[in-house]
Amino acid sequence: MKPTNTKDPEYYHKVVDCQYACPAHTPVPEYIRLIAAERFTEAYMVNWESNVFPGVLGRTCDRPCEPACRRVRVEEEPVAICRLKRVAADNKGDVKQHMPQGPFPSNGKRIALIGGGPASLTVARDLAPLGYEIHLFDEQIAGGGMMRSQIPSFRLPEEVLNEEVNFILDLGIHTQFMTYVKSLKEVLEGGYDAVFVGTGAPKGRDLPKLPGRKEGDKNIHIGIEWLAGVAFEHTKSIAQKVIVLGGGNTAMDCCRTSRRLGGKEVKVVVRSPFDEMKASPWEKEDALHEDINIIDNHVPLSFEVKDGKLIGMKFQKVKPVYDENGKRQLLPTEEDDVFIEADEVLIAIGQENSFPWIERNIGLEFDQWGMPVVDEVTFQSTNAKVFFGGDAAFGPKNVITAVAQGHQAAVSIHLFCEGLNVYERPSPYTNLISQKMGIHEWSYDSSVAIDQRYIVPQAKKSQTLKDRKKEVELGFDIATAYKETQRCLNCDVQTVFTEDRCIECDACMDVCPTSCITFTVNAEESELRQNLLVPAENLTQDLLVSKELKTGRVMVKDEDVCLHCGLCAERCPTSAWDMQKFLYSTTKANQMITPLPLIQK
Amino acid sequence: MSYLKPLFRHPKLPKNKLGYTQKEYEGSLSTLCAGCGHDSISAAIVQACFEMSVEPHKVAKISGIGCSSKTPTYFLGNSHGFNSVHGRMPSVATGASMANKDMVYFGVSGDGDSASIGMGQFVHVIRRNLNMVYIVMNNGCYGLTKGQDSATADQGSRSKAGSVNPFQAIDLASLAIELGATFVAQSFSGDKQQLVPLIKAAMHHKGFAFLNVISPCVTFNNNPGSTKSYDYVREHIEATSTLDFVPEMPEIKTNYEKGKSTRVAMHDGTLIQLNKLATDWNPEDRVSVANALQHARTKNEILTGLLYVNTEWKDLHGTLSTCSTPLNKLKETDLCPGTEVLKEINAGYR
Ligand SMILES: Cc1cc2nc3c(=O)[nH]c(=O)nc-3n(C[C@H](O)[C@H](O)[C@H](O)COP(=O)(O)OP(=O)(O)OC[C@H]3O[C@@H](n4cnc5c(N)ncnc54)[C@H](O)[C@@H]3O)c2cc1C
Ligand SMILES: Cc1ncc(C[n+]2csc(CCOP(=O)(O)OP(=O)(O)O)c2C)c(N)n1
Ligand code: SF4
Ligand code: SF4
Ligand code: SF4
Ligand SMILES: [Mg+2]
Repeated sequence: MKPTNTKDPEYYHKVVDCQYACPAHTPVPEYIRLIAAERFTEAYMVNWESNVFPGVLGRTCDRPCEPACRRVRVEEEPVAICRLKRVAADNKGDVKQHMPQGPFPSNGKRIALIGGGPASLTVARDLAPLGYEIHLFDEQIAGGGMMRSQIPSFRLPEEVLNEEVNFILDLGIHTQFMTYVKSLKEVLEGGYDAVFVGTGAPKGRDLPKLPGRKEGDKNIHIGIEWLAGVAFEHTKSIAQKVIVLGGGNTAMDCCRTSRRLGGKEVKVVVRSPFDEMKASPWEKEDALHEDINIIDNHVPLSFEVKDGKLIGMKFQKVKPVYDENGKRQLLPTEEDDVFIEADEVLIAIGQENSFPWIERNIGLEFDQWGMPVVDEVTFQSTNAKVFFGGDAAFGPKNVITAVAQGHQAAVSIHLFCEGLNVYERPSPYTNLISQKMGIHEWSYDSSVAIDQRYIVPQAKKSQTLKDRKKEVELGFDIATAYKETQRCLNCDVQTVFTEDRCIECDACMDVCPTSCITFTVNAEESELRQNLLVPAENLTQDLLVSKELKTGRVMVKDEDVCLHCGLCAERCPTSAWDMQKFLYSTTKANQMITPLPLIQK
Repeated sequence: MSYLKPLFRHPKLPKNKLGYTQKEYEGSLSTLCAGCGHDSISAAIVQACFEMSVEPHKVAKISGIGCSSKTPTYFLGNSHGFNSVHGRMPSVATGASMANKDMVYFGVSGDGDSASIGMGQFVHVIRRNLNMVYIVMNNGCYGLTKGQDSATADQGSRSKAGSVNPFQAIDLASLAIELGATFVAQSFSGDKQQLVPLIKAAMHHKGFAFLNVISPCVTFNNNPGSTKSYDYVREHIEATSTLDFVPEMPEIKTNYEKGKSTRVAMHDGTLIQLNKLATDWNPEDRVSVANALQHARTKNEILTGLLYVNTEWKDLHGTLSTCSTPLNKLKETDLCPGTEVLKEINAGYR
C-alpha cells in the first residue's frame, strides 16, 4: 500500500466515528470533554456552531452518531452522545454573547426562505451575519417547522425550542408567519437574489382505498395532521380505544400523545415484525413503558363501521418470509382475520412531499416521482436561483439532516450570490494540535473507563401521562453526566506517526492493548489486512500505513479498535507517535472559528 | 503517565487450545523506559507461552536484580514469581526445581546480574544442567543503576557519556558452550520472528536452555559508538539459521534444500527444524559452534539463532535419579518406609 496521506482532512475525520457519522459533523468528543470539565457554555457553543439546535437535538436527535461510536466495537453500548448534548444545553450560561452580534453591515443581497423548519433556520443563521437581508415565510404561527408542529412537548418542551429558534430570528431575520406561499413564481418575481425552499414533507399518507375509510372519516385522522392539531391546541382529547397504524416514530408519537389525551387502550398495529419496525428502539421502549400494546405482523383490511360510527378495524395476520438475499415478504398465515375494537384511528404510515405551489413552467424540473431535481452537493435546483434543503430536498429524514443540508445550501447560496462556481466549495476548517503536556502526560484524559452506559432518569409515569407538556426524560445530573463523559474514547485525539523518528523497537506494538499496530513487510491492502497481528476485517475502517522504515518494513495501524489511550505514544522512546487533537469543522457560509479559545471560563 | 492498561482487547483476539487469549499471559503495564528492549522480550515470552497453550499456573518466573530482572512483573501475570537477590536467581531456581520438577522455570537475568555478581551461580547452574529456560536480557550495561559498563560491554564500545570501555567482554554464549550447556541460543529483542520460536524450543528442551538476547537500553546505551544499540545490532547481526518449531509431529510444508536443514527431536517428541544460513557450523557439534562464535567475534558479527543443542545429557533430576513424583508432592506415607523396611536397611549395614 501507498503511505497514507494524513494531510487529506478526510483521513483523520473518518477516525472520529461519531463526528463522521453526524450529518452536520458535530465535533462530538470535543464537546464531551468540555462537559466533563463542566464548561457547559463552551460545550453548547461547539454544538451550536455545527448543529444549530443543541437543546432540541439533545432530546430528539435520531443520533446516527451512536451506532457509529467506536465503543460498540469493543463493548455493547455506545456513549450516550445525544443525552450528553442535552447536559450542555441544560447547564449552559449566557451563550448569546458568543453568537454573531447584529446588526450586520448589509451586503445588498436579499434572500427568501420558504418554510421555517430547521433547514431554513440554518440557512438564515449562516447567511445573516454575512449581511444578507433574509425574509422567512411560514404558514404556522411561529418558527420551527415540524419541531414545533410534530415533535410532542413531552419529548421537546416548547421553551427549549423557542429559545433556539429565537437565537436565529434575533439575528435580524424578517419573518412572515401565518403566510402560506402559494406561488414560487411570485416569490421569484419579488426580486430576491436567491430563494431557499425548506418546506418539508408536509403531507401524511392516507389509506383512501381501504373499505370503510369514508364512512368512518369522522374518527379517522392522519397522524401528522392530528399531532399538529394537538400542538396548536385545536385537538384536546381522544376517545378511550385508539388504534395507531404504522411502525415509525410518528406512530410512536401518536400513540404516546393519545395516552395523554384520554386514550386508555391504545394499540399500535404494524405490518412488519416488531424488531423491524422503523421506530427507534428507545421510542418503542418508551411506548411499551406507557402501557401501549404493539401488535406486529398485522395488515389492515378494513375500517369497521356500525350505525355510521367507527367500531374498529379488521386485520390479516402475516408472517415474514425472507429470500436468500434477505429480502422480506409478508405472507398470510392462513389464520382467521382479526378484529380490533377502536373508537378512533390514527394513520401514521408515512409522509410525502407536496409542491402544489411550485409552478412547473419556471425552469425548475421535477422528476417522475414529483420531486424537484436537486443537486446532492450544492442543493441547487435546475432553476439556478432556487435551492432546496431538509425534507423538501430528498424526502423526509430528520432534524440533523435538515441542518446539515441547510449549511451546504447556505454555502451554495453565498457562492452563487458572489458570482462564484457553486461546485468550488471552500475546504473544511481543520486543526491538528499535539496534546503532549509532559514526557508522558496528555492534556486529555487518556485512561479508558470500562463503565457501562448510564441510564437517563425519567419522570414518573403517573405524572407524565396526566400532562402532555410534562417532559418525560429528566436528563443526566451533572455527576452522572461526568461518568458518562468518561466513556468517550476521545477518537479525535489522533495517533500521529512520524516515520523518520521510529527506531523500530516494537514498544508501541507490544503495548497496544487492542493490537492495532503491526510492523511488517508492505503488501497490497487485502493481503496486508490479513498479515496484521489481528487481521483487519472491518473494511469500513482504514489502515494507517507509514513510509518504508529502516529495516524495510512499514508500520501499519488498523484504526478499527484503537482506544486512543495514548499508550503507543507513551511507550515510544523517540516520540515517533504523538497524540494530536484533530478539529474538523464542515465548510459553512459563515465559518466561525471554533469558539473555544475565545471564551474565558 | 498511565499505570494501568485499558481492559479492552481486540474483540477478535485469537484463542489458544486452553481457550485463553494473549491477555491471560500479560502482566502489569511496564515501568521500564519507553522503548527498552526488555519489554520486547517480555512480549515475546507472552506470545510464546500463549501460542504453546501453557497453563499459566504451571510456570514460575524467577529473577535477580536489574531492569531485566524486573520484567517478570510485566509478563505472565497469572504465573508464579520470585524476585530474588542480585545474581542469586540460579540458586532459587535450583531449589524450586528440586522441590517441584513439574513446572516450567523461566530464569530472567541481566548481563550485570549474570556476568558480574552472579557469575558463580551462572556457571554452576549450567554445570548441573538444571531444567530451565535462562534468559539474559543483555544490554551491555547496568541499566537499573544508570548505565555503568557491564562485563558484556564490548571492548571499545562507547558509553553515552563518551567513555570507551577498556576491558574485554565476557561472551556469555561461548562461555555457556565451554561449560557444556545443552541448549544455547542468541537473539535480538527487535527480532520476534526469531525470538519467539527460540523461546518455545527452549521451553521444550529438557535441561538448561540458555538464551542470550541482545536488548538495547534506550536510555543509557543506545548512543552512536555503542555496540549494543538498535542500529549497531541491526547492522552486525548474522543469523545462523531460521528455525521452525514443530510442536506436534510434523507435516513439514516447506521443502528445504538438502543438507541445509537439520531436525532435532526433543525429549517430548516435538521437533525443531533448523534451516541453515551459515556454513561450517553444525548445531549439534560443540567444537564447530565454538569456532563459529570465535570467527564471528573477529568479524564483529553477532551470531544469532539456535547455536547449539544437545538432547542426550541428563538434566539435574536425571543425574540425581530423583523419583518421578515431584518431591513436594510426596506424603509422609511415601517418605516413611515403615519399620519392616527400616529393619532390612539397618540389617544391610550390620
Ligand atoms: C411526528 C414526527 C416526529 C418527528 N420526530 C423527530 C425527532 O424526534 N427527531 C428528528 O430529528 N426528527 C423528527 N421528525 C422529522 C423532522 O421533524 C423533520 O425531518 C424536520 O423537521 C425537517 O425539517 P425541514 O426544515 O426540512 O422542514 P419542516 O420542519 O417540515 O418545516 C417546514 C415548514 O414549512 C412550512 N411550509 C410548508 N409549505 C409551505 C408553504 N408553501 N408556505 C409556507 N410555509 C410552508 C411548514 O408549515 C413547516 O413549518 C419527526 C417528524 C414527525 C412527523
Ligand atoms: C548485592 C547488590 N549489589 C549491587 C546492587 C546494585 N545493582 C542493582 S541493579 C545492578 C546491575 C543490574 O544490571 P543488569 O543485570 O545488567 O540489569 P539491567 O538493569 O541492565 O537490565 C546493580 C549493580 C544490588 N541491587 N544488589
Ligand atoms: S468513543 Fe467518543 S469520540 Fe469515539 S466514537 Fe464514541 S463518542 Fe465518538
Ligand atoms: S492509542 Fe495507541 S496504544 Fe492505544 S489503542 Fe490506539 S494504537 Fe493502541
Ligand atoms: S515505540 Fe516508537 S520507536 Fe518504537 S517502534 Fe513504535 S514508533 Fe517506532
Ligand atoms: Mg544490563
